[in-house]
Formats: sequence, structure tokens, C-alpha cells
Amino acid sequence: MSNKPLISVKDLSVHFGIRGGGFGKKPVVRAVEGVDLDIAPGSFFGLVGESGSGKTTLGRALLRAVPITRGKLTYQDEDVTYDLGTIEKQELKEYRSKAQLIFQDPYAALSPRMTVRDIIAEPLEVMGLTSSKEETDERVREIAEKCRLNLEHLRRFPHAFSGGQRQRISIARALVSKPHFVVADESVAALDVSIQADVLNLLKEIQQEMGLTFLFISHDLSVVAHVCDHVAVMYLGRLVETAPTRQLFAAPKHPYTKALLSAIPSLDPDDAGVAEKLEGEIPSPTNPPPGCKFQTRCRFAIDICRKDEPKLDHTGNEHNVACHRWEELME
Amino acid sequence: MGKLLDVENLTLQFDTDEGRITAVDNVSFSLDAGEVMGLVGESGSGKSVTAKSVMKLNAKNAVYGDKTKITLHLEDGPVDIMSLQTSKELQVVRGGAISLIFQEPMASFAPAISIGDQMTEQLQIHTDMNNKQAKELSIEMLDRVGISDASTRFRQFAFELSGGMRQRAMIAMALSTKPKLLIADEPTTALDVTIQAQVIDLMKDLVKDFGMGIIFITHDLGVIVQTADKVAVMYLGRLVEQGPVREVIRTPAHPYTKGLIAALPDLDKLDVPLAAIPGDIPSPLERPPGCVFNTRCSVAIGERCTSEIPMFTKIDDVHQVACHLVEEDLAKPAPKAAKTKPKSKSGGKSK
Repeated sequence: MSNKPLISVKDLSVHFGIRGGGFGKKPVVRAVEGVDLDIAPGSFFGLVGESGSGKTTLGRALLRAVPITRGKLTYQDEDVTYDLGTIEKQELKEYRSKAQLIFQDPYAALSPRMTVRDIIAEPLEVMGLTSSKEETDERVREIAEKCRLNLEHLRRFPHAFSGGQRQRISIARALVSKPHFVVADESVAALDVSIQADVLNLLKEIQQEMGLTFLFISHDLSVVAHVCDHVAVMYLGRLVETAPTRQLFAAPKHPYTKALLSAIPSLDPDDAGVAEKLEGEIPSPTNPPPGCKFQTRCRFAIDICRKDEPKLDHTGNEHNVACHRWEELME
Repeated sequence: MGKLLDVENLTLQFDTDEGRITAVDNVSFSLDAGEVMGLVGESGSGKSVTAKSVMKLNAKNAVYGDKTKITLHLEDGPVDIMSLQTSKELQVVRGGAISLIFQEPMASFAPAISIGDQMTEQLQIHTDMNNKQAKELSIEMLDRVGISDASTRFRQFAFELSGGMRQRAMIAMALSTKPKLLIADEPTTALDVTIQAQVIDLMKDLVKDFGMGIIFITHDLGVIVQTADKVAVMYLGRLVEQGPVREVIRTPAHPYTKGLIAALPDLDKLDVPLAAIPGDIPSPLERPPGCVFNTRCSVAIGERCTSEIPMFTKIDDVHQVACHLVEEDLAKPAPKAAKTKPKSKSGGKSK
């Protein structure tokens, strides 16, 4: 693998104007603010955060599915480089075949009136990637097999399938155009644990086999710990910490990451109540607090945290953290 | 503490266009006052309808089995829930002695009525409080569950509250009638982990203060470990294992429970690959004969598993499992993995 990142993000912001607020200035939701991120080719990159942290918006920005307010976004594989900030029409269409999305809810994502074969074939037909029906069928069969769907399944409609099977159909559809980059947005959140493990293993298998790069968005840290090699933690539109997975879980540096980790209910009956509980809830992105965005819930907040917003610090070993006091807190 | 709830031979079927579907098949359990029971299982395992049966709250096409008997033990004597017919009679168990918290707090509040009006309405139905007393108690309850500025929140509508706050308001509302039994159906599933931790703490405190029994329905074993005293595992409408949380988690006996635990991502074992339970849950229309788990079981021992429904075997006084394999293992003269006998010998469940 080359050292050049497949996806490179510099100072990315995505704002949405919303209705309401009465007179004067229109309220703006700062869903993503000043994010820097590199995703290496072939990596399984995890993005975690609570609801409202902007992780879905960031994922969609990388697919150019939402307009970008500010910043630079580059996609670069062996053949082409796209500047996703300015990309248009024909190039954007090409990019769509290289970057795909797997949705959260396998019940809502599949049209109930199309057969599984048609669902999987649709991206090929829309993007005009195949020249004949035979070729389309061939591609559909090939990917269906990889996703453990048999030929019998292809003739049926989605309602005949269970949650896990539906999610495999969604995966097949996302991968049929042979993308390089796939955003999986909470792709296992709607599944039962016994099925979840199966879908995670499948994603991992396919990723290695096809050499894909994944952005895996999830609120479930233990899932992320198992499948991802890199993790970025988001809070209120900002990245607060990024690191290789092992390192992040072994030695989290940001107080928010620590709190998130300790909030996971332990499976050990004797390990109760040691958790460092977070008070309160994530503030509204229309009206974020000044300074560090986490200061309203942070036990360690001091004056500087309430005034200045911390930048993402490089602490070595690809471990970055945005906290004024992380060094003191490590002691 | 005394007995609170007895569920015996609960069988529940639904009449549908595609035939009669068995949702719950011969399930029995009991709950003491002040005890928290976790009911675990995948979607479609029948855990929600089991809990709703306790309030007779299932849809009109529900058909209860003949031998089904659900008894709620109140101070003024036992209530036979299956014999309650009119909605007037059912008020005792719907919001009176039993409260229910749903998974989705947004959907459980009426959007156009203020939180306060909804709270006082149900108090006036179930108690003989007047409006003023009901309001005072409601505000006190909101305050109790950690909602700041409770009197302002009292006047607000559900959409004005955040998810965590809504779930707390829901809990406050459910507890304001001082129920004897609380049924919590996936109360933390829609919440973020940090908020989930807050809600779990809150519920633990409330059990202590109010001394009620809780049936906690969830698919998340981690949540069960942190909240419940005992756990019952359901699969496709049948109870496959039940016992104290500690024992079931540490030494699961049923292959399904073992699979469920192995499938959970564990932060302490990142090197161990996730073990999925092969296959999918069969549709309730195609319930497998014999042990309901036999289609996905890796240790099924042939004919017996596919033809004979396993009955509960006692591993010890409080831990039971419905599996032929375990039963045969235990029947052998020198059981290799005999569980350490716990000290308690209190009321083993009849089965």
C-alpha cells in the first residue's frame, strides 16, 4: 500500500441553515467544524460519537452527498485524483461508482417492489457500468456469492428476508460497482448481536479480499474496537481524538473518550460502578459552548478550556488529541 | 421479600392471514418484590409480547393458551390477570400496579399534549389525587429522576426535550403511580452510551427506594449484567435458560446463551475473533420441531433435538436450562463440569 491517503480532509466544515429563530440572523447548525482527517488506503477506519456529534454528516460529506461549506477534500487512488470540494457532473458521477454507502436500516433501505437481483443490479444500470444484461447478471451473481446470497435469493423480494440477510443484500448492492471507498453508516446497529457478529465478519472478509477502504460509522465502541484499525472520536462536530485502535483503547487521552469507554456496560458482574459517569448531554450544535466543546461536561475544565478551542495535537504514533490538559491528565 | 408475579405456562398465539403464529410457547417464570429480572433474546424471540401479556396488552388477534395463568400478588390478595376482561378491570394492571416504559420515548408521549398534562392525567385516573396534588407529585418525580428545572419542563412538550430527558420523563411518569411492577421494554436501546449509563444508574436507585419488581427487556447482555438480579433467555418463543445473572453469564449452559455471549464484542478480548451464531432465526411460521434452536445449534445431538421438546433441567436450585445435551451430561454418573453449588436453597421454580 502506498503512503498517500485515499481520502484526505483539511479543515472541513459543513453547516446547515435551519428555519426558525425569529428575526435577525438565521440559525446555523455547525454539524462538522474544522475537521482534519486522513484515511489510508486499505484501512478500516472507525468514526465514533454520540448522536448529534456529526459523524453521519462527515461520512456523507466524504461521499459528496451534502454540500461542503469550507475546507479541502481530496480523493486519490492509483488512477485518479478528485478534488471533492469542486467536483462536478461527469467526475462526480465517476466518483459515485468509486465511493459507496451502506445504510443503517436494512428494512428501509431496500425497495419492497424490486427483486433482490434488481436491487443489486440497479447501481450498475444507473451508472452504465455494464454493456449487456448478461454482464450485469454476471456481476450481480459474483457479488451475491461473496455476500453469501444464493441464486434462489436473487429472485425473491426483500420482505422474505431476515434482518441479517437484508443487510447482506445492502452490502452486495454497495459493492457491485467495485468501489474503492465504502462508508458504512451504523450498518450493524439495527441487528441482533448474533447476526451482528456475522455481518461484521463478512465486512472484514470482503474488505480484505477486495482491498477496500472502509469508513465505519458507529456509536458502539466495542464493535469499532473489534473491526477497525484506526478510530476517530467526534464530539459536537469536532474530532477530539484519533489513534490506531489498540492505542486508543489501551490509553485514551481525551476525557471524553475515557468517559465513553467507561460508559460501556461491563460483562463482568463484579465490575460495576467504577465507571466515570458523564453528567448532562451533548449541547445543541446551533448554540455550541465557547472554547472546548466538551467543557460543559468535562470534570477537568479550567479557564482556558472555556475560552480557547484546543487544536488537534500530534502526540506521536499517529495518536492525535484535542485537549488543553491531556498531558497533565496522563500523569 | 414476597412473591410479586407468577407466570405459568404462558402460551400466546396470533391469528394472522398466514395462519396461527406461535409467539410464546409455554413460558413460566416468577418474580419477587424488589427483584430485577432481565429478559433477553433476539428480535422475534417473543420477549416483548411476553411482558405485554402481563398487562394483557397484546393485539386483538392474540389467543392465550388454556393453561396460561398469570398471577399478580398485591397486598389485598392475588389478582388473576387472565380473568380480567373489561378495560375498567384491567386498569389495575395497566398503569395501576404495573407500569410500562417503552423503547422509543418520542413515540410514547403524545406530541400535542404537554408532559405535565400527560403525567397528571394518568395520576388522576389511577389515584384519587386532585389536580394540584397530581401536579406537585409530578414535578417532584421529574426532579427525582434528575431533570433540572422540573416546573418548566412540566409545561413543555415532548419535542422540546432531548432523548435522554424524554426517557427520564417517561420513567418519572411510569413511577409516579408507585407501581408494584415496572416493565421496561428496551428502555436504553435508543440512547447513547453515556445517557444509557445515567438511566441505568437511575433505575438502580429507584428499585432501592421504591422496592418494586422490574422486568427489564433488552437484547444487550451488558446492560443486563449491570442491572438485573436474574436473567431469562428466550429464543423463538421459548425460555431456554434462566438463573441468577452471575451464574448465567459466567457459566452459561444452553448453546444459544453461550453463542450469545461469544458473539458480544468484548473490549478485553480484542484478539479473539467475533463468533457469530450461524444462520438466521427461523420465521415463526416455520417453527422447527423439537428444540427450537436445533437449526442453528452446533452441538445438536441428532434425533432427540429435532423431535423432542427439551424440558427444563435443574443445574442447581436456581439455574435451569432446556437442553437435551445438558440433561444427558448431567445424567451421566460422573458429571465433568458440575457447577459449584450455591448456598441458597430458596424456592426452586416448578416446571
